[in-house]
Amino acid sequence: MKTFLAEIDVMPKKEILDPQGKAVTGSMKNLGLSEIQNVRIGKHISLEIEADNEATASAKVDEACKNLLANLIMESYNFTLTEK
Amino acid sequence: MENQELTTVETARDLGLLPEEFDRIQEILGRVPNFTELSIFAVMWSEHCSYKNSITWLKTLPKDGPRMLAKAGEENAGLVDLGDGIGCAFKIESHNHPSALEPYQGAATGVGGINRDIFTMGARPIAQMNSLRFGDLSLDKTKWLVKGVVKGISHYGNAFGIPTVGGELFFDECYNINPLVNAFSAGIVKAGETVSATSYGVGNPVYIVGSATGKDGIHGAAFASKDITEDSVNDLPAVQVGDPFQEKLLLEATLEVIKTGAVIGMQDMGAAGIICSNSEMSAKGEHGMIIHLDRVPMRQENMKPYEILLSESQERMLIVVEKGKEALVEAVFDKWDLNCAIIGEVTDTKRLEYYMNGEKVADVPADDLVLGGGAPVYKREYREPAYYAENQKFKIEDVAEPENLVEVAEHLIGHANLASKRWVTDQYDSMIGTSTMTTNRPSDAAVVAVKGTDKAIVLTCDCNSRYVYADPQKGTAIAVAEAARNITCAGGEPVAITNCLNFGNPYIPEVYWQFVGAIKGMGEACTKFETPVTGGNVSFYNQSSDEGPVFPTPTIGMLGVMDEMDNLMTLDFKQPGDLIYLVGESQNDIASSQYLASYHKILAAPAPYFDLEKEYAMHQVVKQLIKHKVIQSAHDVADGGLYIALTEAAMPNRLGFDIESDSSIRKDAFLFGEAQGRVVVTVAPDDQERFVEMMATSETEFSLLGTVNGSGDATVDGELFGNITDIKMVHDNVLHVILGDE
Amino acid sequence: MKFGVVIFPGSNCDEDIIHVLQNVMGQQVVRLWHKDHDLQGAEFIVLPGGFSFGDYLRSGAIARFSPIMQEVIQFAAKGGKVMGICNGFQILTEAGLLPGALLHNRNRKFICRNIYLKAQTPNSLVTRGIDPQRALKIPLAHGEGNYFADADVLKALNDNDQVLFRYCDEAGNITDDSNPNGSLENIAGVTNSGRNVFGFMPHPERAAEALVGNQDGLAIFESILSLANA
Repeated sequence: MKTFLAEIDVMPKKEILDPQGKAVTGSMKNLGLSEIQNVRIGKHISLEIEADNEATASAKVDEACKNLLANLIMESYNFTLTEK
Repeated sequence: MENQELTTVETARDLGLLPEEFDRIQEILGRVPNFTELSIFAVMWSEHCSYKNSITWLKTLPKDGPRMLAKAGEENAGLVDLGDGIGCAFKIESHNHPSALEPYQGAATGVGGINRDIFTMGARPIAQMNSLRFGDLSLDKTKWLVKGVVKGISHYGNAFGIPTVGGELFFDECYNINPLVNAFSAGIVKAGETVSATSYGVGNPVYIVGSATGKDGIHGAAFASKDITEDSVNDLPAVQVGDPFQEKLLLEATLEVIKTGAVIGMQDMGAAGIICSNSEMSAKGEHGMIIHLDRVPMRQENMKPYEILLSESQERMLIVVEKGKEALVEAVFDKWDLNCAIIGEVTDTKRLEYYMNGEKVADVPADDLVLGGGAPVYKREYREPAYYAENQKFKIEDVAEPENLVEVAEHLIGHANLASKRWVTDQYDSMIGTSTMTTNRPSDAAVVAVKGTDKAIVLTCDCNSRYVYADPQKGTAIAVAEAARNITCAGGEPVAITNCLNFGNPYIPEVYWQFVGAIKGMGEACTKFETPVTGGNVSFYNQSSDEGPVFPTPTIGMLGVMDEMDNLMTLDFKQPGDLIYLVGESQNDIASSQYLASYHKILAAPAPYFDLEKEYAMHQVVKQLIKHKVIQSAHDVADGGLYIALTEAAMPNRLGFDIESDSSIRKDAFLFGEAQGRVVVTVAPDDQERFVEMMATSETEFSLLGTVNGSGDATVDGELFGNITDIKMVHDNVLHVILGDE
Repeated sequence: MKFGVVIFPGSNCDEDIIHVLQNVMGQQVVRLWHKDHDLQGAEFIVLPGGFSFGDYLRSGAIARFSPIMQEVIQFAAKGGKVMGICNGFQILTEAGLLPGALLHNRNRKFICRNIYLKAQTPNSLVTRGIDPQRALKIPLAHGEGNYFADADVLKALNDNDQVLFRYCDEAGNITDDSNPNGSLENIAGVTNSGRNVFGFMPHPERAAEALVGNQDGLAIFESILSLANA
């Protein structure tokens, strides 16, 4: 068994209004950073997983994302795996 | 304990202890304390735990009353008899300093702490309030604090699931650096189901339940410890994070475990953590404890004994259980998926003996740590500040009466201190529990039904700190009177108070003078209204080097009872044609009013007119008017004066009013003065005769102001001050405009 | 009728709905603990409001994996009646029993106040008895109630008459100003295509007694019971 570290990003889907991101975009102007646009705010999740190989680990993390960590109606996700 | 390093008077000083306190500790122990022991004394003898600088004066407050089940200082909160075998536990507490640092979590954990104080007694919280004071609202920092504090209270209180039914919101630049966040909770308990914060019975197991313990809230001790390193500093959480879900589980599990009959005593862990609960429970039960600190569930690694003892991690409880009934207790915590660990047992030594991995790390007598036992008590020096005499020189004649009073009215309607609080209150769940009777029926105090009975509790928080600054004694008496007036106007009977005493540095004689005056005024008024003081908390040091102390702010949280729910009285005008009366006397007084402070920008003034005897008599008349259903509405005249009281009564049903002023006093004083002892009532024309008869048999003054109209126009002596629809639009949106909605 | 009210550890409106069903509507109620697998013969399941498991990840995301929910999902698949209020609605969408999702409110704040609702279809158990012209005053209390569904789902909801309630003003006009949380097309509640699962954000149980000064919520409970008794 190997231990893998998964770094997962869950983001609101592009088409969905992200009020947090919108508010932060707005406040960039107040900071004099009007060059900054389209702030979108999601979640970063890290977890450790034991598996025989990377493919198995990847499949399990994918399942966790689909079933619990992200709601595919409103969120998308992607992740990277590294062996510890 | 031979190998442990002994301490010196320098370490004691770093921990906040005085040299004479270090001497006293050596006397108590008969030896030099080690660091763990010294930090135990330091935290237990701090103002927060020992009330050493305030208790002398607090003891002068009235504590007895026919309805008191637990008096001030006896338990975690006051306990009042509502009759029919039902008790109400209630308390207010400050979380000012944590909220100044991190408003969201600071306020959230304040809500958590006050609710634990209530349910640790076996009472289920049924209503919360909060009293908030911030600086100048035009500052970005103030906006950040307001948004964070309100969101923190909203997040924690709403998830915990207890309605937030009332409170206060006040802005003044004296709170720019030191905002005040005072949280109140009231809970209901059946007689015989209360639990005491005590410990006895040799061999009984001591449990810690709830969240795991981390290095929270131990900065003071950590920085005084010799072995602090850069790494260990990084281990100290700068902010405590509240977990309302954990608190909800703890609430349900706690109330359920009490029903098993296995609990000897219980106390929540707030300030000073395990050591505080251990010592207070042991001192009360006149027993001792052996505690194995390594058995405490920990969130962080390598915690030192003093860190475990002093940790203020949230959402934890200490429970002493009758030996042999462990399985009953553990089953409950298992059901709620909560940590539950035996960390030691009760002894007959009256000492607290702490072990870490089998080695004894501290051994201290419980009683010497606590208030009422060996904790020091000081009488602080106090001195009347120069500003007080200046304030008394104020004369209304020195202030020119503005020609355009409509403009003054518009200034006040648009002022954040008088605006609708809905930007804040809409973020609080005020209706959960389906017992809040005043959501759809606006009233001067919150009325919350006690399920399963015919009774309701009536709650309010009050303190106009500008008055207290002007005159601490009179100003605090006014705070009590205003609270009683609000409860009376809502149809309740005032029963008892809890207080949250927010002041500056007690070592400054002028600040301590404010404190002493406040206590005297509170004592007088509470005696008159027969509302004993059941407890509360003292928060000193609301002061920063560059800004001076905040206004002295003794927030009064008052509990009232409504024995018959149809006694509920609302503040809103009901029908066009109803007669508007003033119960109480108009005065030629504008002292310390919002009008004087923000329109004329004059702060040097005494407290407004106040007569305790007349005030009390007026409340008794209002109670009769409500009881005999003579009036349609009752609303007290408070901040902003009569004009603001009238518009507040007019707005809910979008009705107007036509009133005449009193030619014997200045019109600005008549409309905007804040003389105390006044209530606006409306009377249906058919009831006018009964009303006048009832008033005539009392000694309270009253006068006809005018009538309610259906057009919505607000007129004074025939002059249009605005239409209520427009006034309401401004009033409703003042805070939205400043704070935004997106 | 025998109602089963599911209790998650962070449910906090469970006692409110039980009180109304039992003491106001005079119905039998059983409490269904989240760790159990037994629906105790309940004919109508209610998922109450609250914060089920803290709702830290997303509201309702964890609750749907609890043992009792496996039974509720099976019960619904066989046509059993299930209704979610507020957090209960969030759980039903997370569990896939109702279409769509509930996003953070448009203003990013928790909102608790009275709003107005209009029933949208005579063809559902919970709205059938309600006058379609009547604006019901019902309390709202949530941070995540902004209803979202993609264009296809939304079209299907409208085509199949699955929208139960829309937010409106006091006079019954469905306007953007009367939309408290940014919900698509002012949608406050929906049913599934089988018309046996119901979810909505507002809290009718908080408007069902003279004590609280508002009884508009009774219309919803009466609708449920009138049909059940018919």
